[in-house]
Amino acid sequence: MKKYLLKRFVMSIITLWAIVTITFFLMHAIPGNPFAKEGKMPPVVYENLQKKYGLDKPLYQQYLIYLGNLVRGDFGESMKSRVETVNDMIERGFPVSARLGAQALVFALIFGPALGAMAALYQNKMPDYISMIVAIIGISVPSFVMGTFLIQFVAKNVSFLPIGGWGEFKHTILPSFALGLMPLATMARLMRSSMLEVLNQDYIKTAKSKGLTKFAVIMKHAVRNAILPVVSVLGITISNLLVGSFVIEKIFGIPGLGMFFVKSIGNRDYTLIMGTTVFYALILVLMLLLVDITYMLVDPRIRLTEEGH
Amino acid sequence: MTELTKEMFERASEEQRNAEKIRRPSIKYWPDVWRRLKQNKLAMVGLVLIILITVMAIAGPMISGYTYYEQDYSNINVKPNSDFWFGTDELGRDLFTRTWYGARYSLLIGILAAAIDFTVGILYGGIAGVSSRRVDSIMMRIAEVIYSIPYLLVVILMSVVFSSQGSGTSLFVIILAMTITDWVPMAILVRGQVLQLKEAEYSLASESLGADQGWILRKHIIPNTLGPILVNVTLTIPRAIFAEATLGFLGLGLQAPKSSLGSLANDGLAGMAVGLTYQIIFPALLISLIMFSFNVLGDGLRDALDPRLRK
Repeated sequence: MKKYLLKRFVMSIITLWAIVTITFFLMHAIPGNPFAKEGKMPPVVYENLQKKYGLDKPLYQQYLIYLGNLVRGDFGESMKSRVETVNDMIERGFPVSARLGAQALVFALIFGPALGAMAALYQNKMPDYISMIVAIIGISVPSFVMGTFLIQFVAKNVSFLPIGGWGEFKHTILPSFALGLMPLATMARLMRSSMLEVLNQDYIKTAKSKGLTKFAVIMKHAVRNAILPVVSVLGITISNLLVGSFVIEKIFGIPGLGMFFVKSIGNRDYTLIMGTTVFYALILVLMLLLVDITYMLVDPRIRLTEEGH
Repeated sequence: MTELTKEMFERASEEQRNAEKIRRPSIKYWPDVWRRLKQNKLAMVGLVLIILITVMAIAGPMISGYTYYEQDYSNINVKPNSDFWFGTDELGRDLFTRTWYGARYSLLIGILAAAIDFTVGILYGGIAGVSSRRVDSIMMRIAEVIYSIPYLLVVILMSVVFSSQGSGTSLFVIILAMTITDWVPMAILVRGQVLQLKEAEYSLASESLGADQGWILRKHIIPNTLGPILVNVTLTIPRAIFAEATLGFLGLGLQAPKSSLGSLANDGLAGMAVGLTYQIIFPALLISLIMFSFNVLGDGLRDALDPRLRK
């Protein structure tokens, strides 16, 4: 188990390094200079700017400096904002995005598997159809469509749900819902099919014939086994939530990291784009590692086979 | 032992002779899949919608009599009426034409991305599947690293890098960005299938009956992998369309006046802010319909191809 953990950790570091390297060289492959938009400037100013951002050094040195700074947790300076560094922006935006993402995830995690389990227990009855409809809507309606419709038809008619902004709990309800619906639908579908499979297993029959209550059979024997595939897609889900937050924050005007990212794209603020990308990658790789560890704890088979290797 | 006399034997009648004959034509695999797919109403709805949307994406921009780029300042922000079926935008462009024109791009991107994923994934996965364990494990580690990069992040990054300020992203870059990480699930799927089927008992049986590798590949491995691959392709298309729509919605789509459904929704968001909801509803609805159709068709296909569900 220790060996497996170590292997996963090394893989994560390699992944992270690959992302940083790709991002760095992609961003430096952009033709033209990043200050072109500022208009014509005296050569002295231009040279000073180059020096300030270290752009006068050879590329490999810039790369090494960037890597060194990253290791020390310094994401660099923003090219457009004179007052805030990339770190400041991450510090300001990330808690907002993290809260939104966490709420959406909790929402999906509570209702998704529950809906899927209900659908399987009442196959081809009302709960099954309801969950199927929710799943189809969740999967076919992109979050930006869902977000706009929520604003148009819910927020405009329900007075305590604001159209946008940030600050109180009521501001988070609609965005979390719009963001969490797709993962909820995916989880519900997965849960339904794996639950149907589990319910046909012999050990469920055994548990029933032992005289366990229906509730105990479902909770202890069925759900516990059926939930494994749901845990395995958590990593992808978190990745989707992260990207989904760009869109949702834009629609609802939430001052999160996604909004900074989208704005930095519009502004062509290269250092900020690079910084946020690397930061997102870091969060994601960490989350994937956590999910893997969770999966290992939940499913003893993984532990055993990995040790067997 | 009793002696066999002529009386003990009787000429078999025509009916008895044919008793063992298989009269009905045997149902082959693909007709059977199609037969089961037809029974899935939701999947059929999806298929019909895909055909309808494709036809409209081809013919739609031609039948309204307007072009997607023509600006008409006397008809700005017109609500849907008999002249402009979906209304017009803030530059007086006909939204009916623009919406179907956008659907054309969205479908094109989805299909091209799926085709590239298909080709690259099959080659990479196939090679990994038949290679030695060491090569296979290295190839799979590389694929894993690529896949753990959040792909929309890459897409966004690439469209930032390869499009100069305000020029929009070219179709080529969008598709490149879309496929750069998305071929991995296909490769993993193909590799798994090849590894599994190589060892399957019917492959072994075929081999012990003297079949060569080429025959086994042609007759056993490829036909049996085709199903899961087809399902994966039907699910790749909506994923690519969704990614492109998100890109367009973030303002990184095709250059105006070209449109995709995502960039139309982005334009429509501005319209909605001033009360012109119709500008966002049509593209939004169409994206959802496309995603719905491909997803239910993919699901239906998966069920139809699964021999365990055969009755």
